[in-house]
Amino acid sequence: MAEAYIYDAVRTTRGRGNKKGALIGITPTQLATQCLQELRAKHDLNTDLVEDVILGCVSQVMDQGANIAKTAAQQSGYGDHLCGVTLNRFCGSGLEAINQASAYVKSGFSQLLIAGGVESMSRVKMGSDGGAMLMDPSVAMPGHAIPQGISADLIATKYGYSRADVDEFAYHSQMKAVAAEKDNRFTSRLDVKDVNGITVLDRDENVRENTTVESLGGLQPSFAIMGEMGGFDAVAIDRYPELEGINHVHHAGNSSAIVDGAAIALIGSKEAGEALGLKPRAIVKGAAVYGTDPTIMLTGPTPASEKVLKQVGMSASDIDLYEINEAFAVVPMLMRDNMNIPMEKINFNGGAIAMGHPLGATGCILMGTLIDELERQDKQTGLVTLCIGGGMGIATVIERV
Amino acid sequence: MAIDKNILTVETGSDGIAIITIDNKNESTNLFSFDFISSYIEAANELVNNPAVKGVIVQSAKSMFMAGADLKQLEKPITDKEEFLNNSLQMHKSFREIEKAGKPFVACIDGHALGGGLELAMICHHRISTNNPKTKIGFPEIKVGLFPGGGGTLKAPYLMGIQNGLMAVLQGTNHTPAKALKANLINEVVETTEDLIPAAKKWIAENPKPVQPWDNKKYKIPGGGLMSPAGAQVMMGGIGNLRKLTHGNYPAATNAMTVIYKGLQVPFDRALEIEARYFTDTITSKEAKNMIRTGFMGIGAAKKGIARPKGVEPYPIKKLGVLGAGMMGAGIAYVSAYAGMEVVLKDVTIEGAQKGKDYSTGIVNKRVERKKMEQDFGDALLARIHPTTDPAAMDGCDMVIEAVFENLDLKATVTKETEAVLGADKIYASNTSTIPITMLAKASDRPENFIGIHFFSPVDKMPLVEIIVGEKTNDRAIAAAIDYVMAIRKIPIVVNDSRGFYTSRCFGTFTSEGLFLLDEGVPAAMIENVAKTKGMPVGPLAVSDEVSLTLGLHVMESNPDLEKSPEMSRNYKITKMLVEEHGRKGKKAGAGFYEYGGKKKLWPKLAEIFKSDVETLDKEIVAKRILHRQALEAFRCLDEGVLHSVVDGDIGSVTGWGFPIYTGGALSYIDFVGGAAFIADCDEFKEKFGPRWDVPQSLRDLVAAGKSIHDFEVKSKAEAMPA
Repeated sequence: MAEAYIYDAVRTTRGRGNKKGALIGITPTQLATQCLQELRAKHDLNTDLVEDVILGCVSQVMDQGANIAKTAAQQSGYGDHLCGVTLNRFCGSGLEAINQASAYVKSGFSQLLIAGGVESMSRVKMGSDGGAMLMDPSVAMPGHAIPQGISADLIATKYGYSRADVDEFAYHSQMKAVAAEKDNRFTSRLDVKDVNGITVLDRDENVRENTTVESLGGLQPSFAIMGEMGGFDAVAIDRYPELEGINHVHHAGNSSAIVDGAAIALIGSKEAGEALGLKPRAIVKGAAVYGTDPTIMLTGPTPASEKVLKQVGMSASDIDLYEINEAFAVVPMLMRDNMNIPMEKINFNGGAIAMGHPLGATGCILMGTLIDELERQDKQTGLVTLCIGGGMGIATVIERV
Repeated sequence: MAIDKNILTVETGSDGIAIITIDNKNESTNLFSFDFISSYIEAANELVNNPAVKGVIVQSAKSMFMAGADLKQLEKPITDKEEFLNNSLQMHKSFREIEKAGKPFVACIDGHALGGGLELAMICHHRISTNNPKTKIGFPEIKVGLFPGGGGTLKAPYLMGIQNGLMAVLQGTNHTPAKALKANLINEVVETTEDLIPAAKKWIAENPKPVQPWDNKKYKIPGGGLMSPAGAQVMMGGIGNLRKLTHGNYPAATNAMTVIYKGLQVPFDRALEIEARYFTDTITSKEAKNMIRTGFMGIGAAKKGIARPKGVEPYPIKKLGVLGAGMMGAGIAYVSAYAGMEVVLKDVTIEGAQKGKDYSTGIVNKRVERKKMEQDFGDALLARIHPTTDPAAMDGCDMVIEAVFENLDLKATVTKETEAVLGADKIYASNTSTIPITMLAKASDRPENFIGIHFFSPVDKMPLVEIIVGEKTNDRAIAAAIDYVMAIRKIPIVVNDSRGFYTSRCFGTFTSEGLFLLDEGVPAAMIENVAKTKGMPVGPLAVSDEVSLTLGLHVMESNPDLEKSPEMSRNYKITKMLVEEHGRKGKKAGAGFYEYGGKKKLWPKLAEIFKSDVETLDKEIVAKRILHRQALEAFRCLDEGVLHSVVDGDIGSVTGWGFPIYTGGALSYIDFVGGAAFIADCDEFKEKFGPRWDVPQSLRDLVAAGKSIHDFEVKSKAEAMPA
């Protein structure tokens, strides 16, 4: 079977996903298009050879409706031959796009593809696409469906992570991102520009240099009222009756920030790279998804990672660097402890708590960050994993070439 | 089809206004029955097709507009779902033709419009009610495991908004006409009955071609549609809260909410089809059958005195004696005085007796303040309670209820003291919850008049009364006790004598199994939560705290079988350890399985005393042990002849100690689980957990014969209590 190579990956800066965010005037189509244009410019890419754009995007309505991947493909100027497909694996979408593109290449169906994701959370609100999972009683009642924040607090309660534990993790995420920024380590990041070409945002807007453990300690839990008024604590306890109550430890400062952003990766066969004169940066070794109980929902990274490691014949200690999405602080902490991963291997340059989690894009962002850091530290192997709504995990193992 | 004149009549006036008058000659009230529906459709169609008729008024000749569906029709289970669905769809089609015909229909409501009655009114374009605060308007179907199946489940959110519509359907709240007007359930309120027809005629004249809101493209659902941000929020939070309240045990509630979710996204005619499909699923569910059989039919018949021995003269009670003015005695005095009886309330000291009366004063004051009781009524009630210390004051009482401390000697003394002044043919009852009546009756000179009347605490709130027949109690005493319970409007069940009778005995297995689970390493939170998830109102440990662990010890100590029963002696040992070594006496002492004072929390040290390993525990087994154990004990009561009927066992469990109604009750639960599966579980548990799980042969025989628990042949009193 052919191999799938990642030739490059780029991402936008991330703007706060609210009405004060820098990127609210920039549409998700523009974000994705600017990634495509940056990639072409960076490599003087012969776009005739690019066959398809696979983009992850979660809330596929309004600005993000009507197949945003094809919309961006059209806008990019790559040519009419370029196709586009939009997929949704919730928070795992950006990585799922990479995995699907890799599978197309490995199977020989395609030679050269673009995979990534986009989400403008300031323009298209999370949850605005509705859906039966939480709204249809005939689905949500038997499913014991609860919002993710309650799931994160359920994990913290069940596995004994205190408020101090998660706040400390969050503090380090911010500090690592601050250090990375100062050291100019985000080499694959592009500034978002307006219609004039004027820079709108040249850094990740949510990073807070002045964060302290004390300032985090002063924040109100975000999901306590929802858990009580919405009945969701009771739903969680129906499923996990061994718990007397839910300890609400997560808040705005130790959960992923809501942001706007996009990212793409160029994935192709050996031959395609040779034809373009590109040097591959990494090889996609394996990929896996794994489903978990939908109530606790966010414990998927461990079984998905174990599954992909088994697939590629590696063990956790064979991986040099990990990117575990910081959807909520407890998610990477649980996987770290489940798999005995040393903290210095995890999210070396911070994560979504500091820089934000543009749902559809994050999987691809993490891949780009991982490859940059492997190169900087001159290490070989990496694993990207994300927890996913509805109770899923996704993981991909790469190796530098 | 033809119009059945025994159900409704039609009269058309010279002004072109037709009046449909509903007056069911075969029933005390108008019901939304199959026969009514066909007669109504026939009548309405004739009027729609008659060009001389300008509008139609729908009214009732009875004191109620309409009381709802005819649940008696559901006693025979619906076996052909497809036929039922097709009939429902046909009904909707006919109603829709009437609604959309462009001819005004006005409902004149003068008395309860409930369930199907309200749906009938909603098929009309305009609803007018008299302003009588006693009139109830609403959808109570959820209480019998159903939801409105005549379009009401959809029309409620259309008219009231999604949040209020959901609440009206899921909580079954009744509205007064004033509240119904505010909620948009009805359109107009008039002061008197005489105002109804003129108001209706006026509306017809002004609205010759009305369109229902759900057919009006410009109509907006109050507060926003289902897919609006507010609607989405309501649905999500609504589902969370629905599980919090029902734990998913009541398909009617889930289905009703599903109808609203799915139906509000499509045109109304197609939405009715969705309603009909889920209604068919609901009405054929085990849960609905159980709730109708036990909750509606069973309790209804019990309240009407079905257990009363035939041919015994009525036993009116004008004057009641109550011995002991503690919690129970005070409560008994209140409910009896409320029912109009003169009550002599005796205690050892006049302060004690007066304190018992003060209990009633407290309730009266609170109810008057909340406008739930008229001051005059309350004053008269209190004037009927006469505190005393004099045993001779029992002279002239028709019945005396003893509610003194649970001590055999004390009870014997008061029995003798009272019988000395009480008329020889009068009834003497004991409110004991633990001591066998036959044993207490030994102190009596007339044991045939001696009976148990077992109340539950708090007396003014708990609906059940367990009547206990001693060895020598005669039918006249049983009839008198039932007459008394009916007079105070509670639910009587009659059981034969046995230690703990029926309810205390089964309730005891609930708390005992909870304790054993804890002892075997199941975390306290899991025991409590699993019990609640399955529908018990409180967990076994919390309820043990309420009863108090010390009282539990006392009851076990007074049981002569304590040493012989491995189950009871194990329970005794653990309880004694908790009480004596750790000072965990119960809620009143502020320290039981829970800590009290601040927020009620499980005592953390339980996890040290009883070690557990959560990952190895199967919560399904925990759930089964909690519910099966109670059902098995209820069956033993049936098998031993303690219970007189299966339905009494079900009613007692549901109303006495909160066994979940969706199962039908502690005995119907065996059918609910499936007899064979139930026995297999018990056999497995006997192997693992001990002899208390032994299944009586009679249950094995019943299940082997392919029969339902309701086919069980109950023993006669002679068989049950051989002299």
